[in-house]
Amino acid sequence: MTFGEPLATLPSLRHSGVTEPAPVRWLLVSAAAAFLGLFVLVPLLAVFATALRAGLGRYAGAILHPDARSAIRLTLLTAAIVVPVNALFGIAAGWAIANFRFRGKRLLITFIDLPFSVSPVIAGLALVLIFGRQGWLGGWLDARQIRIVFAVPGVVLATAFVTVPYVAREVLAVVEAQGNDEETAALTLGAGGWQILSRITLPKMRWGLLYGIALCNARAMGEFGAVSVVSGHVRGETITLPLHAQILYDQYDAVGAFAVASLLALLALFTLVTKKYVESRSRPA
Amino acid sequence: MRARRGRGILPGFRLSLGTSLLYLALLVLVPLAGVALRGATSSWEDIWRAATSARALASFRLSFLASLGAGAANAAGGLLIAWVLVRYRFAGRSVLDALVDVPFALPTAVAGLALTAVYSAEGWVGRWLAPLGIRVAYAPAGVWLAMTFVGLPFVVRTVQPVLAEMDTHLEEAAAVLGAGRLQAFSRVIFPTILPAVLTGFTLAVARALGEYGSIVFISGNLPLRTEIAPLLIVARLEQYDYAGATALALVLLLASFALLFATNVLQRWSVRRLGPAPG
Repeated sequence: MTFGEPLATLPSLRHSGVTEPAPVRWLLVSAAAAFLGLFVLVPLLAVFATALRAGLGRYAGAILHPDARSAIRLTLLTAAIVVPVNALFGIAAGWAIANFRFRGKRLLITFIDLPFSVSPVIAGLALVLIFGRQGWLGGWLDARQIRIVFAVPGVVLATAFVTVPYVAREVLAVVEAQGNDEETAALTLGAGGWQILSRITLPKMRWGLLYGIALCNARAMGEFGAVSVVSGHVRGETITLPLHAQILYDQYDAVGAFAVASLLALLALFTLVTKKYVESRSRPA
Repeated sequence: MRARRGRGILPGFRLSLGTSLLYLALLVLVPLAGVALRGATSSWEDIWRAATSARALASFRLSFLASLGAGAANAAGGLLIAWVLVRYRFAGRSVLDALVDVPFALPTAVAGLALTAVYSAEGWVGRWLAPLGIRVAYAPAGVWLAMTFVGLPFVVRTVQPVLAEMDTHLEEAAAVLGAGRLQAFSRVIFPTILPAVLTGFTLAVARALGEYGSIVFISGNLPLRTEIAPLLIVARLEQYDYAGATALALVLLLASFALLFATNVLQRWSVRRLGPAPG
């Protein structure tokens, strides 16, 4: 480049200066697509292909089997308890973190994320150590014939532990981005706390909340490690959908296992569609 | 309106913080403290013996090496995917973007079944690898594969916003001053996104280290060979060896806390370097 070049040529220089030549772009896109294809897309397709390998009749048979139906029931029950509770927690935590200054706020956020980094197996172990027969509360619970571990309450608690962060994270992302000016304005205009929450904060965070709930629901229905430790695998009682898939797989019923798994994969796809929808709705603020 | 000592003027501080803390404490903190306390009731020698048996050491080695390897693969692959998604417009871009979130939404057991089906010796991809002598399913490579799968979204989603917010003026300046694209990337772009890459790497490693559901299907679960640490915890529990399970869990918990701490430090570094994260 020589000095004194007409300024008019600069835009084209600018353009070529911040992107790569077409072949390089093409190569990078292909590499990224290959990575995602091999690691994600092909396995996802394999779930449905294997499930339908023996025809629709076998597929329907596997899903409508009484064991599968009881697993579906327990999975739905667990999600119906865990998701609303974790959603309420997410809203409460979002309100506290967005609207107030207090010591230990960063620590609280770290604690909310804790179940992300703790192995689900350790979550299950913790419940066994507390509520199991030899656990701290074991004797007390035994005397009252209350069973938590190896029973439905254990499955619910383990699922709740693992899915704590999902709603809270999405809600926090929204409230941290938007601040609380509107809430403050509403307060000065005489609105009460619940009124502000229902008229301003909830509508404001609704898309984040919706995706958080969808994600929390998918994780709750699909939780395996923690539930597997506390479930005790009581047939027809404490078997959730993922556990049922594993049992079928261990019995060399691959088609059955993948049929059950395909229900959960559909749930995951539904969750992602929700995310795309939420993104398209919330982009123009 | 009564001022609440500079806390903020909106109502509901005690209610919202109180319920959040109580719920978090009862559901998460007390149980985890329970694991630590249970560890404290056994003697040092017992914990040491349980955590350093040949089988335990082999499982820790596999868990740590495979999760670091998965984190590295995700750092490289995730950076590439984030770059392509932010910088280029091409057909199928939104499909790629959606695929990134699949490991987040797909139950881990389903992921395990799917990866095993694809990468076993008869699978769609495995049958091409088998003649080359590459075994993925029922081998340590399978553990790495499943860990890479579950950690995939972390690097992409931490790097993506930083890349998108990055000012291209610096790159233009580099170009005007005669830097090639490679040089601009290594001298200008990479230093800017490095904290985000490292944060994503740490998150992916933490997630991989604790992963259980997808790995039990693909690893084959052979003691000393393809048994990961969380699986050994489950095996100890099934033998009612609670002290042994707890000893192993303590090691994993310590590693998790260390990684969590590292993530926080990295995020603070990132904020200091770039200003508060957008969004």
